[in-house]
Amino acid sequence: MSDVLDGPGVQPDLKVVGTRPIRPDGADKVTGRAAFGADFNMPGQLVGKILRSPHAHAKIVSIDTRKARALPGVKAVVTGADFPNLASEMHEGGEAASNLRDLAMNVIARDKALYDGHAVAAVAATSSAIADEALRLITVTYEVLPHVIDVEAAMSPDAPVLHAHLFTEGLEVRPTSASNVARRNQITRGDLAEGFAAADVIVEGRYTTQAVHQGYIEPHACVAAWVEDGQCDVWSSSQGQFMVRTYCAKILGLEISDIRVTPAEIGGGFGGKTTVYLEPLALALSRQSGHPVKMVMTREEVFRATGPTSGAVILVKLGAKVDGTMTAAEVELKYQAGAFPGSPVGAGSMTALACYDIPNFLITGWDVVTNSPKVAAYRAPGAPIAAFGVESAVDDLARKLGMDPLALRERNGVRNGVKAAYGPTFQNIGYLETLAAIKDCPQYSLPLGPNQGRGVAAGFWFNVGGESTAAVHVNEDGSVVVVTGNPDIGGSRAAMAMMAAETLGVPMQRVRPRIADTASIGFSMLTGGSRTTFATGMAVVQAAEKVVADLKRRAALLWEVPADKVEWRNGAAVCLDPAKADPKPMTLEILAGQSARTGGPISAQVSLNAQGAGPGFGVHVCDVEIDPETGHVTVLRYTAAQDVGKAIHPSYVEGQVQGGVAQGVGWALNEEYIFDSDGRMENAGFLDYRVPVASDLPMIDTILVEVANPRHPFGAKGVGEVPIVPPLAAVANAIRSAIGVRMADLPLSPPKIRAVMDARAS
Amino acid sequence: MSKPHISAIVNGDPVEFLADPGMTLLDALRDELSLTGSKEGCGSGDCGACSVIVDGRLVCSCLMLAAEAEGRRVDTIEGLAQGGRLHPLQQKFLEHAALQCGFCTPGLLMAAKALLDANPDPTETEARYWLAGNLCRCTGYDKVIRAVMDAAAELRQVKV
Repeated sequence: MSDVLDGPGVQPDLKVVGTRPIRPDGADKVTGRAAFGADFNMPGQLVGKILRSPHAHAKIVSIDTRKARALPGVKAVVTGADFPNLASEMHEGGEAASNLRDLAMNVIARDKALYDGHAVAAVAATSSAIADEALRLITVTYEVLPHVIDVEAAMSPDAPVLHAHLFTEGLEVRPTSASNVARRNQITRGDLAEGFAAADVIVEGRYTTQAVHQGYIEPHACVAAWVEDGQCDVWSSSQGQFMVRTYCAKILGLEISDIRVTPAEIGGGFGGKTTVYLEPLALALSRQSGHPVKMVMTREEVFRATGPTSGAVILVKLGAKVDGTMTAAEVELKYQAGAFPGSPVGAGSMTALACYDIPNFLITGWDVVTNSPKVAAYRAPGAPIAAFGVESAVDDLARKLGMDPLALRERNGVRNGVKAAYGPTFQNIGYLETLAAIKDCPQYSLPLGPNQGRGVAAGFWFNVGGESTAAVHVNEDGSVVVVTGNPDIGGSRAAMAMMAAETLGVPMQRVRPRIADTASIGFSMLTGGSRTTFATGMAVVQAAEKVVADLKRRAALLWEVPADKVEWRNGAAVCLDPAKADPKPMTLEILAGQSARTGGPISAQVSLNAQGAGPGFGVHVCDVEIDPETGHVTVLRYTAAQDVGKAIHPSYVEGQVQGGVAQGVGWALNEEYIFDSDGRMENAGFLDYRVPVASDLPMIDTILVEVANPRHPFGAKGVGEVPIVPPLAAVANAIRSAIGVRMADLPLSPPKIRAVMDARAS
Repeated sequence: MSKPHISAIVNGDPVEFLADPGMTLLDALRDELSLTGSKEGCGSGDCGACSVIVDGRLVCSCLMLAAEAEGRRVDTIEGLAQGGRLHPLQQKFLEHAALQCGFCTPGLLMAAKALLDANPDPTETEARYWLAGNLCRCTGYDKVIRAVMDAAAELRQVKV
């Protein structure tokens, strides 16, 4: 089942927006023709490979590369010493800020290896086998250090310290010694003690999650070619060609204009391809060897050295009156950052209570470095972890109050005019409508059988706008090309073409969207933060509007009437001057054919910094059945409702929601990084790191609630991230309902459930 | 060590290439024959992105040696559309929006083709278990399963 519920502010009479055409890049992708990261080759290219630390924490005493360099066929060997030693400097990316020094040291270690899999050297050779042999011939002398991965162990005063320069920020008094706690952030309102004193009922919980990987099926891949004059080309799969260009320039000390990055098709990212791992190494190897260098990660490398998101500890305390009115909330979040500061605990803190209007609260977040891969953005970074704790506690609160869990959320739910826990005042949000959609959905009132349970949970994500560029070119036959700078990660080409077609009044098939390299379109922030359809879409619409204004001017010129006597209707200029005896409308095709007479090529480009991305809310209901023999959880039914503003292409919006749910279910039930006692990842492959497969899931029903965002030309809000926020708790709450016990430590894998059921039985 | 000379039929056409003894069929398809539609997502037979059909049987081409293709018939995603027309499975994937990034799509299509060749009228559960070896991280499988079931229905009609 999939429903679209039109809400306030949605424009009537749209011809293209809101329909379900076949995506413009579809045929390429079902025939195998689409070129992803590893599908590109250059003449004379070498194979680049990386030597990775086998230790979770070790001082690099020396690296001897002489034997590797002497091996016939080896053309380049680089280590950290081949890269400039950057100063600490924050750079605003698309989804989160990065410290450039840390970014460079994550690409290749300098003095210390900080996690199992940390790159310490790279080679380029004429064949894969020679590159492998070269890696074997590099001798790295390590001084192995004690390591720490568990977040609370890393916070303890006697933990091994990863960075001698790291002093906790955000405390009242600056600490006198270095630690693994990079930062403490706090958000507070009202009087917490008073709030809890006013409560009739209090619930408390401690919840844990493990690090999980984005799990995109395409491993990172690139080809880099350094030309002798210092100009270079990079072909790579990422969420942003401009991001790759900036980071490569910074890490290698190059002029931005000397680098051209061409985006490959991207085989999934989910936030994990918002940074660089391979590209700077491939460029350095190409510079040293004088050949193009291709690098492709193995799946094991993807797990050991990229992503994941944080494992965490979440403490939640909630207080409410007997009527369900929440009076106080206290949330503490401790997130693993991996080897360098920058966990998503800030966003976790800001989203933790974003669905609730509570007068007194305190949210504290801790960003903690650990000997594990540096975390990367993962779909609504930080929010699912916080929501797992908060939404589990809200479920317990509803149970203690004897209230329906949706009714409790409705009573305390945010609405227009409420000041969000993270600061701004909500406008044009659709949270209550989304709650109502789940209350009314068929699944919510289906009877449950033995060993079955039902859980609900809510979730929030900000969505962002940001800098984008789009160009609209009208060809001489009246067909249209739309050019943007955002990799299409899940169907955004279709959305761009549809919005341009709607604005121009032509069929979507006359508009062909292209994604340009960094030299062929103006700057655009990366595809992330659920920003592309909103922000880049806004640039597309504004560029199309400029084209329409130009077309009206050209028609007026040809008709010899004032410009205000021309209107644009259904893809044609219409003359409104009564003095002209019934002139025929001039279509885009006619005007394009005469463009030389009216001022030359018809084309417009818009660069903007989009503001006003509407925040999104989701409410999910999950039904599970537990196998009492094995502890295995089957997800029987799942319905996800989400306020999407306006669905430009509803099928791809549903797809975003369904995909987010599937990832969230995997996070809840199966997925986790498992480390051995030496800090080495034990399950770095898809056999042992088990993402959901087709037979694990039911159909995922969606309800698209459309409460329009007035800041977007068609009312769109970001949609990609919200749907991974509720599932962790929706699944856990369903299991609580089925077995009568609160399970608070993800993943809720069969052995854990079986242990609880056995304990209950005996 | 010299490279064995391999002759095979790929998508109906005879091909010849030299294969290192350790070369996988996937590497031969991608690197020797420039058929890059088959993808490597794991190299260990866990993700199914490299699925091809060898003598009628669905295999992960990353788990088969190129030399084993000698004398065999190999069907890849590049051969699924015929005469400039998409196969019904490809068409239904597009109509149902059963792909997002599209990386797993070639493997899923070949696995679905093998399913419908073996079982033209699968239940949803049969389709889900048959395709359980093909990981998709984008779609949650909902639209993939709908597309496969719809294509199966259309193919059954064509045959009647």
